[in-house]
Amino acid sequence: MTVVFWISAAVTVISTVMVITRRNVVHALLYLIVSLLAMAVIFFSLGAPFVAALEVIVYAGAIMVLFIFVVMMLNLGARASQQERQWLKPRMMIGPAILAAILMIELGYAIFAGGGIEIITGEPVGAKQVGMSLFETYLLGVELASILLLAGLVGAYHLGRRDRSEEEES
Amino acid sequence: MAAVSMEHGLILAGVLFALGLIGVLVRRNIIFMLMSIEVMLNASGLAFVVAGSNWGTADGQVMFIFILTMAAAEVAVGLALVLQLYRRFKTLDVDAASKMRG
Repeated sequence: MTVVFWISAAVTVISTVMVITRRNVVHALLYLIVSLLAMAVIFFSLGAPFVAALEVIVYAGAIMVLFIFVVMMLNLGARASQQERQWLKPRMMIGPAILAAILMIELGYAIFAGGGIEIITGEPVGAKQVGMSLFETYLLGVELASILLLAGLVGAYHLGRRDRSEEEES
Repeated sequence: MAAVSMEHGLILAGVLFALGLIGVLVRRNIIFMLMSIEVMLNASGLAFVVAGSNWGTADGQVMFIFILTMAAAEVAVGLALVLQLYRRFKTLDVDAASKMRG
């Protein structure tokens, strides 16, 4: 599993560098998704399978979808379809596809040849332990997190809606 | 291939955090700045998970879940701000919004 850690660390760093150097938002988002998936493999190799699953579901799933929604909302011009055609050329997919294929191969290696969930340091800390700790020791933190999410929801709604005068004009 | 110690994981988290910081400082497109902030939050979460894994406790993972919650709330508000910025200034350049209007 040490090899898995180092390879996915390299994939993470490479794809993060690609994120901050791209010009197109969509290309950067593709690389960012690969970076998050590689981070999930790192968590898995460190013995944190629950957090690895959360990383894929919440970060690479939900948060990236939010980004893509906003990018799509911002490009409602007449030249949008032309731009889309330029952005999604097949060769733009090659870089992220190669990095994702590396992750896929090493995940297969970790599952089939690595001998189960053998990890780098000590015992794996599973979802049960995390849940016990989360809802006993850190119960107050969970409540605060729920208030934070509510505040985020209200704030996003308030900031994201159109002004009434603007609606009447259009 | 050397074994992975806690220092290696923390160095990786530091490198990723530095990359995110460079992204925030260098790029002027607000969507790229938000993505760099995501990278930085993720790197700090990695530091927590590495430390928790080193001592075999669940606390690091619990902290990562809190960071995840905060990142979700932050990105929702941030993207709503991006929409407002684009509506008012018709650009994604943060320097366009450098003046406050009382």
